[in-house]
Amino acid sequence: MSETGTGPLTAEADATLAETRPSGPPVLSVRDLQVHFPMPGGGLFRRSPDVLKAVDGVSFDLAAGETLGVVGESGCGKSTLGRAILQLIPSTGGRVVWMGEDIAGLDDKALRARRQDMQIIFQDPLASLDPRMTVGDIVAEPLDTFRPEMSRQDRREAVRRMLREVGLMPEMINRYPHEFSGGQCQRIGIARAMILEPRLVICDEPVSALDVSIQSQIINLLMDLQRRYGLAMIFISHDLSVVRHIAHRILVLYLGRIAEFGDRDALYDDPRHPYTQALISAVPLPDPDRERAKQRIVLHGDLPSPLNPPSGCAFRTRCPKATHHCAEQDPPPYPVRAGQVAACHYWDTETPAG
Amino acid sequence: MTLSTFDTTASPAAGHAGGPAPSPAETGAPGEPVLDVGGLEVRFATPDGEVSAVNGVSFAVAPGETVGIVGESGSGKSQVFMAVMGLLAANGRARGSVRYRGQQILGLAPQRLNRIRGSRIAMIFQDPMTSLNPYLRISTQMKEVLVHHKGMTDADAHREAVAMLDLVRIPEAGRRIRMYPHEFSGGMRQRVMIAMALLCRPDLLIADEPTTALDVTVQAQILDLMGDLKAETGAATVLITHDLGVIAGLADRVMVMYGGRVVETGGVRDIFYSPQHPYSRGLLDSMPRLDSRRAGELPTIPGQPPNLQHLPTGCAFAPRCPHAFDTCLAVDPPLERFAEGRAKACHLEGL
Repeated sequence: MSETGTGPLTAEADATLAETRPSGPPVLSVRDLQVHFPMPGGGLFRRSPDVLKAVDGVSFDLAAGETLGVVGESGCGKSTLGRAILQLIPSTGGRVVWMGEDIAGLDDKALRARRQDMQIIFQDPLASLDPRMTVGDIVAEPLDTFRPEMSRQDRREAVRRMLREVGLMPEMINRYPHEFSGGQCQRIGIARAMILEPRLVICDEPVSALDVSIQSQIINLLMDLQRRYGLAMIFISHDLSVVRHIAHRILVLYLGRIAEFGDRDALYDDPRHPYTQALISAVPLPDPDRERAKQRIVLHGDLPSPLNPPSGCAFRTRCPKATHHCAEQDPPPYPVRAGQVAACHYWDTETPAG
Repeated sequence: MTLSTFDTTASPAAGHAGGPAPSPAETGAPGEPVLDVGGLEVRFATPDGEVSAVNGVSFAVAPGETVGIVGESGSGKSQVFMAVMGLLAANGRARGSVRYRGQQILGLAPQRLNRIRGSRIAMIFQDPMTSLNPYLRISTQMKEVLVHHKGMTDADAHREAVAMLDLVRIPEAGRRIRMYPHEFSGGMRQRVMIAMALLCRPDLLIADEPTTALDVTVQAQILDLMGDLKAETGAATVLITHDLGVIAGLADRVMVMYGGRVVETGGVRDIFYSPQHPYSRGLLDSMPRLDSRRAGELPTIPGQPPNLQHLPTGCAFAPRCPHAFDTCLAVDPPLERFAEGRAKACHLEGL
């Protein structure tokens, strides 16, 4: 993928987008997005190239009321992708088209105005809340920034209403974050993200730090808010079970690139990229008979260094299907079926020829 | 772990008043358990008051079996085994009974306990980086264990350590043993820690969230390894985890904990296919499933886990239980056997 900037799309992006349309008109269109970090050269890292490609040529469309799941292992670029969409980390190439406007490269002031429509929810609920602020002040802070004309009374009323919406008692408004459990802190973070009634919420591992019994409460809350507000949502998670439940379409990332992208049930029931197949088969099922009977695809080795990715297909060093061809040619996104693409030369063979 | 070994009289009150509860071994279990815990209580003194982390827990682990311990944060699942290993934080106190092959080890002086822990009973933790010394080569750390516990010579210890790295499928073990912990990937580091735990061929291995910090494809490698080792070493294993999928794959028996107590125990298929405690049932129902097209609202357990500083008078789960009635709020239900190999702490007749 060599295309950068706002020029014409690469063939890869075209192929991906032709197959994976959202259910409605897109509010967000990401095109060939790249986040490349320059690395210090020479010295200790003599042999490494000077660029870490955290996100490398990601394209998708997202409609209102739709949830895009982004899955992959640590280091796959999923969190960087989320932050680059909000331009919290500047992208180094490609476009982020929000409501018809390319926001990549806008200055801070212009971005801040756009960001009231785009919010983020983080993994660690307690760490993302200022311990010295009351819950009321935390939830009201976006209003202070974006609606300074609001009266104290109106602001307080808006906060109380939002606390109720996320399942907290309005009486808690004067308490501090440490007085709350992890699940309640995550509700506070959600209230803060929702107070401006955004149109897009990016959730970065929002339930990963929570206990199982609390996880389902927060998942239900997010799905409920999405329905009521018609939110577009990007749900970033390493937990494939949670993503299957909450997302409509799913994007599988490997070393910053799209390995597979498709509709939820098709992707889980018939994954075509060997990495997706391995990921899904690796998840332990809470069902002793099925868990013990199933054939697990165990990948060998670990994620290669993103500083020095393999030639051709980035996954080939761990892939049970890899051939010489994979080292030479980077696989384009092959259309698998309506709504699904897989970046694998052998997506339609059980075992590779040769 | 056989069911008849459960001491159902070990309520928190009995534990406080009478010290160690009768040992499960004395109640007539066939064969000698490797580990036999009776009426275990763990308390922490904090500036905000006393925290009751473990409240009258009794169970036994039979030779060679794998017992899964399920529970959420604050359930006491880790503190039970920190007490067993004599590793409680300085403000923690344990009472009750912990027997290793019949010998009382709770409250044993550290020098005497050290002959057992690390040797006969070994432990694997979630984060290998906190258990391995970053300044020492793997070879130094592994040999130290064998020289100390087994009195081996340096050369013998080296040979044995390499053999153990081979056993946990670390490629090129002879070369890699000279590396430092940071030179290994997360998955390889976890293998090193498992190898270290197995060095003295323990007959009880306690694994506390052994795969929680790992990516799912690496977790699959470690779970496969643990499954193989179970057959190869014959060591009894206690597997502590919040991940019900991990338990489903490896455990023979399961113990579900809530609020510092055991609320249900039984064979792995019993617990997963017909849970009889409302908490076990709620936990299983509330999980999003990879293997299901179920969409829409997930069943939930309402409310929050209990505050261990102010546990309710009756059943700790009652405030969140859809079936709770008057008795549940007043009387803490004892763990009682209700079928072959099964017990629950619940006033309900059945679910």
